[in-house]
Order: sequence, then structure tokens, then C-alpha cells
Amino acid sequence: MTDGLLVLIVDDEPQMRRFLRASLGAQGYRLLEAGTAEEAIRLATSHNPDIILLDLGLPDGDGIDLTRRMREWSKTPIVVLSARGRESDKVEALDAGADDYVTKPFGLNELLARMRVALRHGSGTAAEGPARIELGEVTIDLVKRQVVRNDEEVHLTPIEYKLLVLLAKNAGRVLTHRAILVEVWGPSYASQTHYVRVHMAELRKKIEQDAARPVLLLTEPGVGYRLREPTSAR
Amino acid sequence: MTEAPERPNPDALLEKIEAATSHARRARLRIFFGFAPGVGKTYRMLTVARELERQGRDVVVGVVETHGRVETAKLADGLERVPLRRIEHRGRVLEEMDLDAALARRPSVILVDELAHTNAPGSRHPKRWQDVLDLLDRGIDVLSTINVQHIESLNDVVAQITQVRVRETVPDRVLDRADEIELVDIAPEELLLRLKEGKVYLPDQAARAAGHFFRRGNLLALRELALRRTAEHVDADVVAYRRREGVQATWPAGERILVCVGPSPASLQLVRAARRMAAGLRAPWVAAYVDLVGVAPSRDEDRRRLETHLSLAESLGATVVRLTGSRVGAAILEHARKHNVTRIIIGKPTHSPLRDRLRGSLLDDVVRGSGDIDVHVISGDAGQEDGRARTERPAAPPLALLPYVSASALVALTTLVSVGLRRALGLPDLEVLYLLAIMVTAIRYGRWPALAAAALAVAAYDFFLVPPHYTFAVADGRYVLTFAMMFAVGWVLSALAVRIKNQERDAIAREKRTRALFALTRDLASAEDDRVAARVLVRHTRDAFEPTEIVVWGRDGAGEPLATFPDDLAAGTADRAIATWTLEHGRPAGLGSETLPAAHAYCVPIRATSNAEGALSIVPADGQALGVEQRELLDAFSKQAGLAFERARLSEEARVAALRAKTEEMRSSLLSTVSHDLRTPLGAITGAATTLRSERSRLAEDATTGLLDAIIDEAARLERLVGNLLDMTRLESGDLPVKREWVPADELVGAALTRLEAALAGRPVTVAVPDATILVAVDPVLVQQVFVNLLENAAKYTPDGSPLEIAVHASERQVVFDFLDRGLGLSLATRKSIFEKFERGEPPPGVGGAGLGLAICKGIVEAHGGTLGVRSREGGGTVFTVTLPIVGEPPSMNEEEA
Repeated sequence: MTDGLLVLIVDDEPQMRRFLRASLGAQGYRLLEAGTAEEAIRLATSHNPDIILLDLGLPDGDGIDLTRRMREWSKTPIVVLSARGRESDKVEALDAGADDYVTKPFGLNELLARMRVALRHGSGTAAEGPARIELGEVTIDLVKRQVVRNDEEVHLTPIEYKLLVLLAKNAGRVLTHRAILVEVWGPSYASQTHYVRVHMAELRKKIEQDAARPVLLLTEPGVGYRLREPTSAR
Repeated sequence: MTEAPERPNPDALLEKIEAATSHARRARLRIFFGFAPGVGKTYRMLTVARELERQGRDVVVGVVETHGRVETAKLADGLERVPLRRIEHRGRVLEEMDLDAALARRPSVILVDELAHTNAPGSRHPKRWQDVLDLLDRGIDVLSTINVQHIESLNDVVAQITQVRVRETVPDRVLDRADEIELVDIAPEELLLRLKEGKVYLPDQAARAAGHFFRRGNLLALRELALRRTAEHVDADVVAYRRREGVQATWPAGERILVCVGPSPASLQLVRAARRMAAGLRAPWVAAYVDLVGVAPSRDEDRRRLETHLSLAESLGATVVRLTGSRVGAAILEHARKHNVTRIIIGKPTHSPLRDRLRGSLLDDVVRGSGDIDVHVISGDAGQEDGRARTERPAAPPLALLPYVSASALVALTTLVSVGLRRALGLPDLEVLYLLAIMVTAIRYGRWPALAAAALAVAAYDFFLVPPHYTFAVADGRYVLTFAMMFAVGWVLSALAVRIKNQERDAIAREKRTRALFALTRDLASAEDDRVAARVLVRHTRDAFEPTEIVVWGRDGAGEPLATFPDDLAAGTADRAIATWTLEHGRPAGLGSETLPAAHAYCVPIRATSNAEGALSIVPADGQALGVEQRELLDAFSKQAGLAFERARLSEEARVAALRAKTEEMRSSLLSTVSHDLRTPLGAITGAATTLRSERSRLAEDATTGLLDAIIDEAARLERLVGNLLDMTRLESGDLPVKREWVPADELVGAALTRLEAALAGRPVTVAVPDATILVAVDPVLVQQVFVNLLENAAKYTPDGSPLEIAVHASERQVVFDFLDRGLGLSLATRKSIFEKFERGEPPPGVGGAGLGLAICKGIVEAHGGTLGVRSREGGGTVFTVTLPIVGEPPSMNEEEA
């Protein structure tokens, strides 16, 4: 199912590369490895990988910078590998154009799921999208602009609808507060994070069974939100 | 205190230890002592210096006077010299030892010739012996020379012998400080021979007196003095040795000597005599001065002289006391009794016996009241020092005219009234009227105008009232008596009036001082640290002394001042140098003191018991040195401040010590945590992994899965622990910025529950949140971390499957999150200590953890200005409560529909 996709691993730690080589290799991916940002750029231009796994703490430069440089000429999905407690780094990397992140230490399943989502969105198919999005109990009819939960129509304000659709179209993928604000409210609202939070709280009350224990609209603390794909639930 | 103890008491032993330790690091002073110029002190000193150099000591010459003598010069050649400092003074170039260069050079031994030398004006110290003390304080050994006539306590004896008074003297305490005094001795005949051969250099002044000085009789007497003084020093060494070794037998009987000191120049002899007696008896001695209540303040000249006498006594080792009383004798005796004085030294009266009759005699008072105290009366030969000038010569009457004009006017008015009433009243009544005028004058203007008024009154009375009128002729002889009595009454009244006025002024001045001191003490009591104390000190010093500048220095003289007046005063380097000296030596310096007397600031140490805690320097507004009373008040001020500084320092030290102990404890806890809690999971992982590698083929499927699960679980545990340690470290170092954002309360709870989905699986979890969205400004990542820790603990420490509840309440000011479980509950003691670091409460066996989670929670919550509490839950279980304040106004939501 991976069809021998080419993965570029950018990490300066040999042990990490060893682990990824073994586990991803077993999944049928083909692998390229880079220990520095320069090498990563070189390999990315020469081999045009399908996806990049990027460690943020590189010795010769900053992973965020590398992301920016990559995004100047490439749409290759980038999944960032980062340590806990560096939320602002993650946000910066995502806003710079990375597609998603996993927090170290991570399990293989988590990484594979993130990679799958990133690959799917990166391929551009999600942009067109179907006319209906099924999210377990919730169904969104994009044509009728209608949301139905357990066969009951849910009344959403235009903002809430926009929010839900944005997250649903990017299902499984983290969206930063900033990205959501720019997309739903417009660039001038980019720093008004409480807008997203308050509307998200309202949206949860309408969509989730128990708003305090969400299963669909998940919070990524300090980063943003992620709509959990019903299929990718563990 | 004066009784010889039977065996060495603890204090004595302590003293001995102190002496031994201070000996170990104390620089040595070695003095070459001669009885006259030309005995060869310098030569001997240089010989010793060369010997020391041969032994490998770092010897330099600070200053050596060879006076052109070839042998001496030859000896000095080859020794390193500190270049002399050239000072221009009134067109002459003077060469002095360069103290700063010598201190900077830091040799092991330095040669400083002529201890009694007076430095050129503008030097750091007026006297060379003070330079030597500085050198010793810095741990540099000093070799020096001195002649017997330069020793303070022997100065007048030498003058009596030789008829030559030497002005340059060295206090005995410098000699007493010497570790070794070497007498350089030759026979007087030999000295006279050398003198004849021109081998003895004499300064001009001495040359003039040489005829007197270098007589065989003189030389013999001087030699004896020198020998005796050396013997005294040796004796002191022996005593010190005996004390050190606990030899008791020869301890002297407890003598204590008191010498009465006054402004009369004769007091100088008294002081020196007392010092000699005290040295002979090896007794402590006190120089006492009595401030008479109600007596007019002495003239400046007297004050200065008194000050000189007292400081001489102090420099000779006396304790100086200032007593107050209405009679000198009574005050002296009272002090003597109270302090077990055994001998009183008093001067022979020099005034006429008549005065004693009138005023009572001090000598008489003392002798009569002395009881078993011996009284030594010593001749007060004021001698060459122009002393008689002071004996009761009245102060020049003030020249201000107004009092006299007023006095005359008052008398004229009285005369006018009297002439008018002459017929109505009798002469005696009019006399009383005049006396009234005299009294008013006395009270208002003092003695001299009152006397003038008395004289005028007598004249007017005679001229206008006593028949025959309008002539000074007196018809009746009895009136002469009336005149005399009028004048006498005027005299007495004026004296009384003056005394009352003086008493009043004294009382006011005293009260002012007392009040100033009291106010300072009161304000210092509430000062918590030395900065506050310094500001208080500056404020009160400003009020009491009204100087132009005040600086309070901390113990570290090189640092910034603790407080200044004016506030923005930038203390100059000169002031800093004075303060540094004061701090180093614990003695006053600057304007009018022994050290740097020409500076514009005066600096006193701020100290309570031991070392200087700081220094206080002031620049008097009039640029004059402070008077005795002001200096005493400043001393009292700095002493009070010293107590406050010491208190602040001690409490700070206690705090630091407690902190250090706590840190120490933390460190050991951390070490044990790291060694245990990090190793346990590592051990499990290593074990499981090695088993898998070597036994893979033989393991059953479920055994393999078990081992793999163990590795994953233990790794997660390690990850948690490392995360906690990192968080804790950040919290402790203050490197945990709180990035507040407005977040709905339910999102915080929801995020934590999402993260712990796996750990909480299988438990009923109820969340009660108000319907309305509550916004609270917190750092969402940190607060979510708190909730995760609390929930994780609940999952870890309560039975599997037991329910958890989360309840959120909000008021206008705060949001309260309750985390309720149905676990076993916590004991009171555990509830009290559970938020401490490395505190694990009562963990069930097999549940690991470092005891950091709750401490981190508490740290984070408190960083938000909130509280974290724990209480028992009714019906069993525990409630953890996070209370977060709602800071500021929630932002508006006036977005436009995009």
C-alpha cells in the first residue's frame, strides 16, 4: 500500500535513523537519510522524495528554516519530529509550511498515521473533495451546507460551519490557530486565538456527545486543533 | 574580673586560642630600640635585613636614613628599595616613604626607619608609625627603629632629664604591638667618643640641644629608661607566655587605675604617670573626665586640649570614660566604686587655697570619699606648655552692643520711673526696682551686660535718688554699703542666671541628642535589610548633622554605596578610599582624624560587635572637623546602625544557610531519585531487550508480547520522569514563562482527558461544566499539564474502574476545578506534605514515581496566581482543587462574519 514511496529522513541522531530505517523499511517505504540541513536540501532536489520526516533540532541550522526553504519550490509533505515542551517550535514549523508533527517519543503507529494523512493531503486530492463528508455520527453535506448528527439536523452559525468544514477537509491533520483564523476570519484576525477557541467550544457543544470529552474535535494544546478521522482512531 | 582565677577558665582558654590563631597570620613588627641617636639602630636593622634576605625572605627597603654614613649605606646597597614619593610643600620638595607603592609591592619584610617620623602634609597618615600599622595590617612584616625619647609615655620623663622636649612621639601601643623589641645598646662613653669623631648625625634641632643632650649623666639616665622599657616589654611577653601556658602563680593582684583628666595641660603628665603606673602594675586603667552639669561650656581651646589629653590616654591604652555630675569628686568616686578601681591618680591643685574654700576642693572631696581606694596626688607641673594662661582667665566679654544698649535703656527706664515715684515710695523700694532691672538683664543677656547694668544702676541710684540729688556725692556713708550690696546682688544674680541658662541649653542639647538617637533606634528596629537601614541612617544623620553629603557604604567598600544624600550623589574615589580604609581598619578616618585628616569627608565604621558592617561618611556643611559631642553622637548613630546591619546580615545568613540546607536536601533527594527511578525502568528495558535478542526463538508468542509491552511501558515511564524533572528544573530556575491566552475552561479539561484517553479507559469519568463558556486567561499548555498530572495520579493511585469526577465552578473572579476520586483517601499528614518535591504520599506497592508531579502542578498553578489544594472527600476519596483567578477582562468577540 505504500507502493515503495520515497521517504527522506532528516535527523542527526543515528539511533533515531536506525529505528526509522528498520520500521519504515519493513512497511515497504524506500528511504533516504540526511544528518544535516544542507544534505537534506541536496537530497531533496536530487531525488524528489514523496515525503520528508524532519527533526527540528539539527546541528547546522534550524528545521524551521529548512521547511521555509523547501516550501519555496516544493509541495512535498513534511512531517516534523519534535520533543514535548517545544509547542512554539511546532507552531512555527507548521506555519512555515510543515504538514503535521509527531512528538518524540512516538510509537510507530502514530507516525504511520500522520504520514498517511500528510501524503493524502499532499497529493491534492482532498482539495476537490466529495460532496459529502462522513464523520461517524456526523455527516456534512457540502452542497446543501447542511450538518446532520444522528439523523438530526444541527444548526450551525456560518462561522461554525466554516470551521467544521475546514477541519473536516483536513481530517486527521493538525491545523494551527493561526491557519484556522486566516482561513475562516481572514488574515487580519491571525492573532485573535480566543475567537477560534470560543467558537470551537460552541461547535463542540453542538457536534460532540460530551463537549468536555470530545472524540471528534480534538485540542492539540498550544498548537491548534485536529479533527479525528473516525477510521484512524486507535 | 580582677581576681586571679584558680585555673584557666574557658574564657582564658578561648583568648589563648584566639591569640594563637591571630598570631599565625599576624604580621610581625620588630623594633630596634636605642637610647640616643647614634647607637647604631639603623646599622643593626640593615644587618638583620641582610640576614633575612639570605634566608630567602623577600626584603625591601621602604625608607632608610643612612645620614651619609658609609658603613650603613654599604649595608643598604643591594637591598631592593621602594622608590620614595616626592611631595612638594611650600616650595620645598620632601621625600617620604611611598606607602601605596609599598603596599602594592607586597614584600614579605619591609624596612621602615625612624618610626617617630612625621610625614609631609598631604600624606595618607600624619605619622609614619601609622603607615607601619597599615603595612602590618596587610600582613607585611616590618623592621623599624626608634629612640627612647620618642616614646609617648616616657616623653615627659625624658624632657625632665634632658631639658629637651621632643615633639615627635609614638604611642606606646605601637611598641606593645611589636613582637620583638631589640635594644641596640652601647656604652655612653663609646657614644660620646663616636660623637666626638663626628660619626653621629644630628638633626639641626638636636644639634642645638646636643650640649644638653649628650651629657654623660643624661645618657646614663636615658639608657636606664631604655633598658627598663625593654624589660617591660619582655615582661609583658613573659606574662603572655604564662597566660598561654596556664601558669597562674604570678598573676598580679587585680589593680585598676583611674586618672582624672581635665583641660589643664598638667593632665598630660597625669596621663603619662598613670600609664607608667598601669604598666608597672600590669593593671587596666581608665582616664575619666567629668562634664559638670550646668557649667558654661568650656572654651574651644580647652575642649581641644581636653580632647588631646583623652586621645593621648586612649593611645596609651586607657579606656576613656566621660562622666556627668554636679561635682567632679562625687562623679569620679561613684565610677571608681562601681568599677572596682583600686587607685585614683589626681593632680596637685595649682590654684589658691581660697578658691577651695569658696568652691570646695576636688582633691579634698576625693581623698575624703575614697575609702579603701588609694589616691595618688601627682604634681601638675604645667611647665613649658603655656598652661597657666587657661587658669580662670575670664573669657573676653562679647562685643555685641545690643545687650549693653538694652541694659542701659532698662536702667534708664527704671531711673525715670523711680524719679517719678520718688515721693510715693521709699528708697528701699526703689532699690528693689533696680535689682529687678539687673535680674531681667542677667536672664536675658547674661553675665557681662548684667554687671554693666549693676554698675549703671548703682551710679543712677546715687546720682538721681540718693540725696543730695543730681550729684554723685553721698550724704550718708551708709549708702556706700547699699551700693556695694546692690552690685554684689547684681553679681550673684547674674551668675545664677547664667548657670540656669547654661543648664537649660545643656538640657536642650542633651535632649535633642537623645531624641535623635531614640528616633534613629526606633526607625532602625523596623528595617529589614541593610539597604533600608542605610536609608534610615542617612535620613537621621541628615536631620541631626545637616551635612552637605552623606554616604553609607556596605561591608564591601568597593561596591556601590547602600544609600547617599543627596540621593543621586556619586561618591568620589577619594571618599571611597577613606571608606575602604575605615572598613579595613575599623577606625574612623578622614577630616580631623588620624588618617587622611585633610580630606573633606569624615568616615566612621558602622559596627556592632565584631567587624565593621559598613561605613558612614559625612561632609560637614562648614568644612570643619566635627566637635567632640557631634563625633560622639555620630558614633552612637553608627553603633545603632551597626546593630541593625548585623541583624540584617545575620538573618540573611540564616536564610541563606537554610536555603543551602534545603538545596542540599533537594540535591540528595534528586540523586536518589535519579539513581533509583531512572535505573529501574532502564533495568527493565535492558532486561527485556536482551532476553528478546538472545531467547527470541525459544519464547512463546505471549511471552514475547509481554516483554515488548514491558519495554514500551517502562520507556513511557522514563519519558514522564524526564519530562517532570525538566519541568521542575524550569520552574525552579524561573524559566517557565506563562504565556496567557483566553481559553474556555472546558477546553482545558477536554484536552487533558483526550491525552489520557488510554490511561482512563474503563473508568466512568463525569465532567460537570457550566453551560456558559467560561474564559480564563492562562497558559493552556501548562494548565493542561496540571490537569494531566492530577488525572494521571488519580488513575495511578485509585483502584481500577473507580469513578472520577471533574467539576468546574466559576465566579466573576475565579474558576475552580475540582478533581474528585473514590480512592483510599489521604491522611492529614500526607495532605499537608503532598505538594512537596519528592514527596510521594502513601503509594501502594509497585506504583513508581518520583514525587514531582504535584510539586510541578503547584508551581504552575502558583505561577498563574492560583492555588492548589487537597481535601478529603465525603464518603471516601480525595478532592484536588485548582483555583485560577480570572485576570483582566475577557476580550470582546465583535468579529464580522467573514
